[in-house]
Amino acid sequence: MIKRTLGLYALLVVLFAGVGFQLGAANISLLLVQSFAYALIALGLNIQWGYGGLFNFGIMGFLMVGGFAVTLVSFPVNPEFWASDGPLLLGRALLAALIGAGLIIGARFSDRIGITGRLKTVLMVISWIAAYIIYRSQIDPAAAYIEATEAGWVGGLGLHPVLGWAFGGLLAAGIAFIIGKICLGLRTDYLAIATIGISEIVRALLKNMDWLSRGTLTVSPIPWPVPLPQDYQASGVEIAQSFVYARLGFLVLVVIVLALIFFLVQRAYGGPWGRMMRAIRDNYIAAGAMGKNVTARQLEIFIFGSVLMAIGGAILVSFAQIYDPGSYQPINQTFLIWVMLIVGGAGNNWGAMFGGLLIYLAWMVSDPLAQFVFNTISTWSSDAGLGAIPDIQSRASQMRVLVLGLVITVALRYTPRGLLPEVMHRER
Amino acid sequence: MNEFIFFINNVVVSGLVLGSVYALGGIGITLVFGILRFAHFAHGDMMTMGAFVTFLLAAMLTATGIVLPIPLAIIVLPFAMLITAGLALGIDRGFYQPLRARGARPVTLLIGSIGVTLIIQGLIRLVFGTGTYSFFDEAPKVLYRVPVPLFDAQRTINFTQPQVLMVFATILVVVVLHLFLTRSKFGKAMRAMADNADLAQVSGINTKLVIRVTWIIAGSLACLAGTMLALDVTLKPDLAFNIVLPLFAAAIVGGLGQAYGAIAGGFLIGFAEVCAVFNWAILLRPFKDRFPEWFEIPNNLAIVPTEYKLTVAFVILVITLLVRPTGIFKGASS
Amino acid sequence: MALIELKNVVGGYGGAPILNGVDLAIAQSDIGVIVGPNGAGKSTTLKAIFGLLEVTEGEVLFDGQNIANSLPDKLVPLGLSFVPQEKNVFTSMSVNENLEMGAFVRTDDFSDTLTSVYDMFPPLKEKRHQPAGELSGGQRQMVAMGRALMSQPKLLMLDEPSAGLSPRYVLEIFEQIVKVNAAGVGILMVEQNAKQALGFASKGFVLASGQNSFTGTGKELLDDPEVAKSFLGG
Repeated sequence: MIKRTLGLYALLVVLFAGVGFQLGAANISLLLVQSFAYALIALGLNIQWGYGGLFNFGIMGFLMVGGFAVTLVSFPVNPEFWASDGPLLLGRALLAALIGAGLIIGARFSDRIGITGRLKTVLMVISWIAAYIIYRSQIDPAAAYIEATEAGWVGGLGLHPVLGWAFGGLLAAGIAFIIGKICLGLRTDYLAIATIGISEIVRALLKNMDWLSRGTLTVSPIPWPVPLPQDYQASGVEIAQSFVYARLGFLVLVVIVLALIFFLVQRAYGGPWGRMMRAIRDNYIAAGAMGKNVTARQLEIFIFGSVLMAIGGAILVSFAQIYDPGSYQPINQTFLIWVMLIVGGAGNNWGAMFGGLLIYLAWMVSDPLAQFVFNTISTWSSDAGLGAIPDIQSRASQMRVLVLGLVITVALRYTPRGLLPEVMHRER
Repeated sequence: MNEFIFFINNVVVSGLVLGSVYALGGIGITLVFGILRFAHFAHGDMMTMGAFVTFLLAAMLTATGIVLPIPLAIIVLPFAMLITAGLALGIDRGFYQPLRARGARPVTLLIGSIGVTLIIQGLIRLVFGTGTYSFFDEAPKVLYRVPVPLFDAQRTINFTQPQVLMVFATILVVVVLHLFLTRSKFGKAMRAMADNADLAQVSGINTKLVIRVTWIIAGSLACLAGTMLALDVTLKPDLAFNIVLPLFAAAIVGGLGQAYGAIAGGFLIGFAEVCAVFNWAILLRPFKDRFPEWFEIPNNLAIVPTEYKLTVAFVILVITLLVRPTGIFKGASS
Repeated sequence: MALIELKNVVGGYGGAPILNGVDLAIAQSDIGVIVGPNGAGKSTTLKAIFGLLEVTEGEVLFDGQNIANSLPDKLVPLGLSFVPQEKNVFTSMSVNENLEMGAFVRTDDFSDTLTSVYDMFPPLKEKRHQPAGELSGGQRQMVAMGRALMSQPKLLMLDEPSAGLSPRYVLEIFEQIVKVNAAGVGILMVEQNAKQALGFASKGFVLASGQNSFTGTGKELLDDPEVAKSFLGG
């Protein structure tokens, strides 16, 4: 297995180098940063699925949360907002939300004061409706007010981006806790559908809450944690070189973050916690019978994985310097990562990372590659008198979707455990 | 009265139309789940594929110069349904059957169906590009306006010919399916297999044949649903991908594996969506004079803003999964 | 000639074999009962006959034809029928529909068979339109047996028909089995309730660890002190 791992990673180096020569240093450094961010996300999914057997199809939602968090934290402060009535109105809305939550929780525990059965259900429904009305009554005017201002949204906090990444993790943990509490009892394919549904809800919210995220108007430019190309240019570096230096700088940071997290995860996996997780995954009935609190452990895994996903999502948004909730697609964000894990190897951290790097490279390269193929065919068909292929640009980018589907199918048929499958430890 | 007609147009008619789409699509999903025991994510793209097949056939027919009072799409629909059924069989043969033969879990089949979704979508986009197509380039859509001779109403109840056809088709499918499942020997065999696949095999039921018939039905219904949807809106490559989740919501809410459940679920979610985004304040306006002076009717009494229309389906889905995962008609559970 | 014959059958679910060379033969007039300790491979033998698991060695002859590794839906038209131990009715379908499913392979009019099944199990007549899932354990077993009889089999195989039933129903089921055999259907059944079953068995097979250990008529086995010592409990 070690030979295989080393061999496959060596192949990866060769591939990246090869593509690098074709596309140039600036482009390959961009690809590298994004690949490593995706590798981190794949690692997160590996924890949920590979270790925990949890079927999370709402990865997109967590990426969006991470991106949102880093935007909120690292974007410069909007003084106009803080000077206006905005914070006051939002404060009232927050109060309304808390009151609403209080009502709901109160209804939930109303059985303590003797209200049970049908009456309690009615009470719960009323509490949800009341909470919703109260919240909407405060948030609607607040949102309208903020969106009417010049900036159109609350602005950021002006803090360091890495703090934003961390905040993304924190926010994701909170949301994962709620989602986990609700959904983890469901059987696997139901869990998949539920998580897709929830991530779509998250997407709808972030896309439309203009006062909080600027929605489809997008937020940019989001600051970098390391010097920007512009900073290098200012100190006299050539434009092309500046991009390479800047991106390499970012890459170093990302690799450090990834390495740290990887190390932590590997340690956890090898230790008693990891063994317990695998025991639960393989036979949760038996594990439960042994006294392990299965639900609590599964929740832990779910949260842990989501944190990694959100950090990865935050890194991607920081790097791209723009937060566009409308640009998130289930195909790109959720399915792609599943392919990474299936091809790379679920249950194996090296496999997850390998899958992340390889598939992202393939994904990004397939567009120019498809264009190349189409152009070649087009020239041939024009020469043959059949005319050129129309719309090569948009068609080529659709090739990626087709290729992804083919990769999933082939991988499921021929390498269902992945290229670097889980290593079963045998007790001696 | 005008406001009431507005309500009829925007809630009753829209709800019926949307409900029919969800119901037709949901039946396919629930049948496949009941008999093959996995969530067939690719059903949405099967619907799109079916719609494109109809489009191709209709285009070929137009090229021969025939003009008819009803849209050509309807004429070619039976053939398109056959072709799509064949394609569905091929997809099962090529993609799902090998996985089943290896004893794949439902989760693996779900991932496999996602692969199929992407392949179908990719192929459609590759061949047809990403633009929109219309069935009505040659002959425009027929619009019906029904005047309401009551209380000096000026508005009319509006609906289009494709919408009428869609509701009609749904009713037809429901009746035929009901008769098939309860009266015919093969229909009962399908129900038996959905109930207990092992026992069905032990009883001598040819399970491979049942699976094939399931795909034929699912494929035909997908083509019907997809074409109807395309006739109502427009034809584009991601036509049905966006409604895959509401379709699953419809199937799950109604009870997975129960055909009637999918129909009920479909209409429930369809009406829920249109009711949630409707501005109920409009209905209060005629009664303005009945309210005391200090009471001002709010401008907008929609339960959710229009952007969140699809979200309503997801919320209903999540609530169902939590409160009553077996759905209305008690289908498969957790 | 033997209706069904197993010659040195070896088979299992894919890993280590569970059956390690089982021999068996009964005629259509027989009531054959397979008994033995847990894990002996009793139910596995029935499943091996019915094509529900892989037979790697040996022959399974039905009416002289080797049917090893055939699919169940090929075997029912040949005249075999199987009542599994668990999940042996279609719970969401009515009693009548369950029986109809049993007649799936028949192309002729089966209303006569339907009537005779209802005559055999009178309680089912008034519940014919009720979903089978709502019936009691004993009644369900009746539906299960009825379903298997609808195809007019030559050989009826039952896997622990008395499992989970109250003593009254156990007696009733056993009575019906004897009647069915008297009407010309061969019976091969697995029973945990060894003493009772061997009481009316014309052929008994004791299995242990996937192999035959004692064979004889039911009475012979009951009287044999070796058999009693090995697992009948003296």
